[in-house]
Amino acid sequence: MDTAKSPNRWLVFSTFTIALLLTVYPLPLEIAWLRPQFIPLVFIYWAMTFPHVMGIGAAWLLGFLTDLITHSILGQHALAMVVVAYICALGYQRIRTYEPWQQALWVFVIVGIYQLFVNWVHNLTGHSAVPSDFLLPAFASALLWPVAYTLLERLRLYYRHR
Amino acid sequence: MLDTFTPYLKPVRAYIGSVSFPFYWLTNIPARIGEWGEEHLVTRDQLIEENQALREELLIHKRKLQGMAAVVTENVRLRELMNSAELIEDRVLIAELIGVSPDPLLHKVVINKGGRDGVYLGQPLLDAEGLMGQVTEVNTFTSQVLLITDSTHALPVEINRNGVRSIAEGVGDLYRLQLRHVSNTVDVQVGDLLVSSGLGQRFPRGYPVAEVKEVIHDPGKPFATVHAVPKAQLNRSRHVLLVFSKREVLPSLSPDLLPSTPQNKPGPSDPPSSDPRSSNHGSSNRQPIESASPQAQRGTMPIDDFTDITDGEAEI
Repeated sequence: MDTAKSPNRWLVFSTFTIALLLTVYPLPLEIAWLRPQFIPLVFIYWAMTFPHVMGIGAAWLLGFLTDLITHSILGQHALAMVVVAYICALGYQRIRTYEPWQQALWVFVIVGIYQLFVNWVHNLTGHSAVPSDFLLPAFASALLWPVAYTLLERLRLYYRHR
Repeated sequence: MLDTFTPYLKPVRAYIGSVSFPFYWLTNIPARIGEWGEEHLVTRDQLIEENQALREELLIHKRKLQGMAAVVTENVRLRELMNSAELIEDRVLIAELIGVSPDPLLHKVVINKGGRDGVYLGQPLLDAEGLMGQVTEVNTFTSQVLLITDSTHALPVEINRNGVRSIAEGVGDLYRLQLRHVSNTVDVQVGDLLVSSGLGQRFPRGYPVAEVKEVIHDPGKPFATVHAVPKAQLNRSRHVLLVFSKREVLPSLSPDLLPSTPQNKPGPSDPPSSDPRSSNHGSSNRQPIESASPQAQRGTMPIDDFTDITDGEAEI
């Protein structure tokens, strides 16, 4: 970890924009359950790298934006993101020292919890899903984590001085 | 929760919901490029061939239309004889589908027409084959449509063959609808066409909705299980039609003004202790059958769950 205390704002902003775009990119229904949850994925990375910037407020804002863009119930993803941010804030010191594949397990748990909250709200409004379905995105996210981590790490180091 | 169960946030949503437009516009680009390629990267021969095929199709349709003219006038005359309301002629607006809900649980799509084009809440959406859904949120440039297969959607239908009425509800499967409360003696056959009956005053009458695929008579159950396949190409259609009925949606029928009631899907496993719903039966007759908001639709069915009906009778 480098000692730079503040992230490159543009980089953070653009990674989240891309994550949002990937979130709404249309997929056939057959594989829609396998779409990784990009927003928590990218958030976990930034929360791990700059925990003092990416706090609960930022998470809520991101979740709210996700709600707006995916036309879901306002606050659904915001709630889930806040929980994600809380867990990240608790554990970032330990997680930073792990290998990417070990982090992937951690990501599975966090995105799983994220999915749990999202689907809890879904269930309250009459859309029920079985756990084996709604945990698939968490699985996909965990699989994507090593790739995403490497990519984001490179980007961050490359744009550090600008 | 404030968002689903109360109408207070609806105007807020309508304004800030427009934020999503650039995202859907961007993610729609690959599809648009594909379409452009299909239109522009074809040989002359292919175009001529297609042109010819279209001409032939047009001819066939025109011939059918000639027959229709006579039938329509006859129908109007008969209706005059019966003193019934005249046929409502519908105006349509062609829209393009620019996005689908990223959540596989929600069967919602985003179309590229919004409040600017006069789209209103509850407006029905069709494709070339049949009914697709209804508008549940109107933004400036886009609007959001709840498909008929969403597990919170139900619409009144009738069997085209004999006019038996029923309610087709979505089960969260894009290729399946289920008919509610069809008793075992009702004349339903595999292959029957279900058309919208217009009873809920939300969808216009007579548009094809689905085709009955299987009918299961289980002696152990009070009702027959009827599955139907939607006629509309819910996962394929790009060009869709918005129908403007002459009869606008009455303000009292708009979904955000419907009372909020428990929304959990009633099923055979439901415990029969549903007092809030059974007490709701008295007022449920005035409500439209279909509505956009999930919580309203569950509670306001004229015929609710079987257990509920017995509950209500027990109270009387």
